[in-house]
Amino acid sequence: MTEVSVAKDAVAATDDLVVLKSVNKHFGALHVLQDIDLTIARGEVVVVIGPSGSGKSTLCRTINRLETIDSGDITIDGKPLPAEGKALARLRADVGMVFQSFNLFAHKTVLENVMLGQIKVRKTDKAKAEEKARALLDRVGVGTQADKYPAQLSGGQQQRVAIARALAMDPKVMLFDEPTSALDPEMINEVLEVMQQLARDGMTMIVVTHEMGFARSAANRVVFMADGRIVEEATPDQFFSNPRSDRAKDFLSKILHH
Amino acid sequence: MFDFLEDYDLLGAFWTTVQLALLSAVGSLIWGTLLAGMRVGPVPLMRGFGTAYVNIVRNIPLTVIILFTSLGLYQTLNVSLGADGVVETLNFRLSVLGLIAYTSAFVCEALRSGINTVPVGQAEAARAIGLSFGQVLRLVVLPQAFRASVGPLTNVLIALTKNTTVAAAIGVAEAATLMKKMIENEAQLLLISAVIALGFVILTLPTGLILGWVGKKVAVKR
Repeated sequence: MTEVSVAKDAVAATDDLVVLKSVNKHFGALHVLQDIDLTIARGEVVVVIGPSGSGKSTLCRTINRLETIDSGDITIDGKPLPAEGKALARLRADVGMVFQSFNLFAHKTVLENVMLGQIKVRKTDKAKAEEKARALLDRVGVGTQADKYPAQLSGGQQQRVAIARALAMDPKVMLFDEPTSALDPEMINEVLEVMQQLARDGMTMIVVTHEMGFARSAANRVVFMADGRIVEEATPDQFFSNPRSDRAKDFLSKILHH
Repeated sequence: MFDFLEDYDLLGAFWTTVQLALLSAVGSLIWGTLLAGMRVGPVPLMRGFGTAYVNIVRNIPLTVIILFTSLGLYQTLNVSLGADGVVETLNFRLSVLGLIAYTSAFVCEALRSGINTVPVGQAEAARAIGLSFGQVLRLVVLPQAFRASVGPLTNVLIALTKNTTVAAAIGVAEAATLMKKMIENEAQLLLISAVIALGFVILTLPTGLILGWVGKKVAVKR
C-alpha cells in the first residue's frame, strides 16, 4: 500500500488538491477514522468503497468539515481547513457536496435551489444566477422541472438537481456521499451518467459509492476502506482483477459475481 | 335586556384588547424568534441565556410579570417608555412589554419544535454551499420551521389574546376592565359575562380557523 501511495505522490505532488494527513476521528469509543493519509490530485476521480461502517462516509464529510476531526491535517488547494466561521463557509463554497438523501431545500423551487448559493454566497446578481442555474439544470437534464418543488420530482431528478446546485458554486472539488444509495434501481443510471460526464470534463471528484461499474469506468483510483482504515489503494483494473489484501478479496467476493 | 350596554364603550374596550394582542403578537414573534435562534445557535453563552430566559419567564405567572412592569420597571426603576406621564399610555405600553416578555418564551418553544421537524440534512446542505450560520437559519431552517409551527403558534396567539385581560391588573381599559366595571354597576352578571365571553370568541375563533387553513396551505411537502 505504501509503495502505491508513494508512487502516486511522485506523480501528483505538483498539483495536490485535497490532502489528508494522519487524520483520526472517534465517535465515542469507536475509532472511525484511523490514521488516514490520502492525497487527491487536481482532476482526479477517486472512488472510495468499502463495507458499511468502514468510515468512508465520515471520511467524505470531514473534507468539508461537516464532521470535525480529532487529530491530523486536512488541506484543500494548499490551505488548511479552517475550524469555523466565515473562513470555513468560504471554503465550503469551493467544495461541492452531494448527499445520499439529496437534501434539496424543500421550501424552494428547483430553480431557487440552484440560485440560492450563487446569490447569497457568491453575490451574483439575480439575472446571471438564473441564467447559470437554467444552463446547469439543462446540462443535468432537468431543465423542464425548474419551477417545481423538490417533492414533485423523482429521486433521480432530485439528485441531478442537487448536483447542479453544487456545480453552481464552481467548486474546485466535488464530494459525493453515496449519491445513488437512496435511489430506485431504474434511476441510478441517470445520476451516474451525469457523474461520468462530470468526470470526463475534468472535475476533481471524491465518490463514496457501492456502484462498482462506476468505479471501473470513471475512477482514476479506487480507495478501499475497512474498519476506519485505508486498506488498499489501486487503479480500478488492479483493484477489481487483482486485489492484494484479504479484506478486499473478501469484500469483492461478496459483492461481485451475482 | 341589553339596554345597559349602551352606557358602556364595549367596542372601544375590545379595540384596546385587539391592539394589545396585535402589538404583543408582533413583538413576541420577533423576540421569540431571536430567542429560538439563540437556543439552537453555536454560542454557549447565548444558548445558556435563551434556555434560562425561557425556563424562568414561562414559569412566572403573567399577573406577576405585568405587575412587575408597573411596580418594578416604572415605579422603582423609572422606566417610562416615552409615555410622558400619561397614565393610560404608560400602562398600555407596560402591558405590551410584559405580554411580549411572557409570550415570547412560548413562541420560542413553538418555533424550536418547528425547527426540530426540519431534517438535519437541510442545514447540512445549506452549510455545504457556504452559507453562514445566520444565513442557514434565516434562509433555510426558519422558513421551514415557521411553516411547521403555524399550529402551535396559533395556540400561542389565542392564549395571548385571552391573556391580554391580565392587563386589567394595572388598569388598562380593555375588555376585562370594562367587565369589572359593568359587574359593579349592573345586576346582569350572567349576561355581562356572556357578552364578554362572546367578544373573545369572536376574536379568537376566526384566528384559529384562518390560521388552520394557512398552516395547511404553507406546509412543506417532503
